[in-house]
Amino acid sequence: MMAGIILVCSIYCLLQFFVSYCRSLIAASLTQRLSAEVQDVTGIKNSATGEDFARVVQLLQLCPDRPEDRSGIQAIGTYFNLLGFLRSTVARMVPSLAAWTESERGQCTYFAAVALDRRIAFSRDMFAQQLES
Amino acid sequence: MLGPFAYFIWVVGFLCEVTVLVCALKKQVFRRYLLLNLYVVGLILSEFLRYKVLAEYGFSSQEYMYVYYYSDAVLTVFLYFALSTLYAQVFSEMKAERFVKMVMILLLGGTALFTYAVVEQSSSKLVTHFVIELSQNIYFVGLVLTYVLWAAILKLRETRSRLIQLVLSLGVYFSLHAANYAIRNVYPPLSSVFVPLTQVFGTFLPLAWAYAFWRLPEEERLVPSRLAVIPR
Repeated sequence: MMAGIILVCSIYCLLQFFVSYCRSLIAASLTQRLSAEVQDVTGIKNSATGEDFARVVQLLQLCPDRPEDRSGIQAIGTYFNLLGFLRSTVARMVPSLAAWTESERGQCTYFAAVALDRRIAFSRDMFAQQLES
Repeated sequence: MLGPFAYFIWVVGFLCEVTVLVCALKKQVFRRYLLLNLYVVGLILSEFLRYKVLAEYGFSSQEYMYVYYYSDAVLTVFLYFALSTLYAQVFSEMKAERFVKMVMILLLGGTALFTYAVVEQSSSKLVTHFVIELSQNIYFVGLVLTYVLWAAILKLRETRSRLIQLVLSLGVYFSLHAANYAIRNVYPPLSSVFVPLTQVFGTFLPLAWAYAFWRLPEEERLVPSRLAVIPR
């Protein structure tokens, strides 16, 4: 009985904390401007759509990753899938929810593009250091 | 014996814990978040202890089980105190630090007593089940405390991005573990699936903290009401 109550409460809190955590990651990335290079590669200027997410993540996987970035990217990937599930189920009946999920999915794509920008800068720095040594 | 995947996750978790300390030292926030970092040091030490007991007695031994669960319980209690420092930061203007610490200690004692009372009713389970029941309850109380802190952050309009991310990552970590232990208590046959997941969940907190220390400057601000699932 007690374990059942704890299970229900934990899952409810998990959803709340997880969504808020992902939105805090996204909020921190929205203040950063994309470099011209990433804008050209991804085709994203100021705002992005959810349709581009998979393509940006594919580009991300081509760059060497950094451990401190990994959790954020994985969390946003899971959040994006959660939004996709909402979009294809409940949001079909609630138009305002459909608009919200679409805007959130776009922000997930922007987050991935900012991460791509950082990885490219990191790779460039590493390359420059290797050339110097 | 542990399989290759379990060893892989173990090594990844260990590397993540070391990354947190490196990020905190490089960004000069080790002392500012002293108890959080000491908790990570405790995690690293417990990994060594667990590995030593595993190598000596084996995975399915009673010794390993006790070392695993009791070190986990002790570390989670330490995490409570680390959480109390986040409370102190949020309530710094109200000078409520002593009150917060008193409430934490009372809650902790209450949780242990409650768990003992529940398990004592079934004396056959006392030795084997107490520690799992205790872990579930400790994680759940941690979750409640984090939820209260998150509500206070929203109410007091706290805007420090790093502090907000540390609290939210703790919330995710506590809820993942509380749900995991609760599922194992509700449906014991599912333990074979959910026991290995504990290790995977364990890597989330160090990764999230490393990100918060490395990526977010102390002065960065955000509007917490925008993060709430239910708009305020």
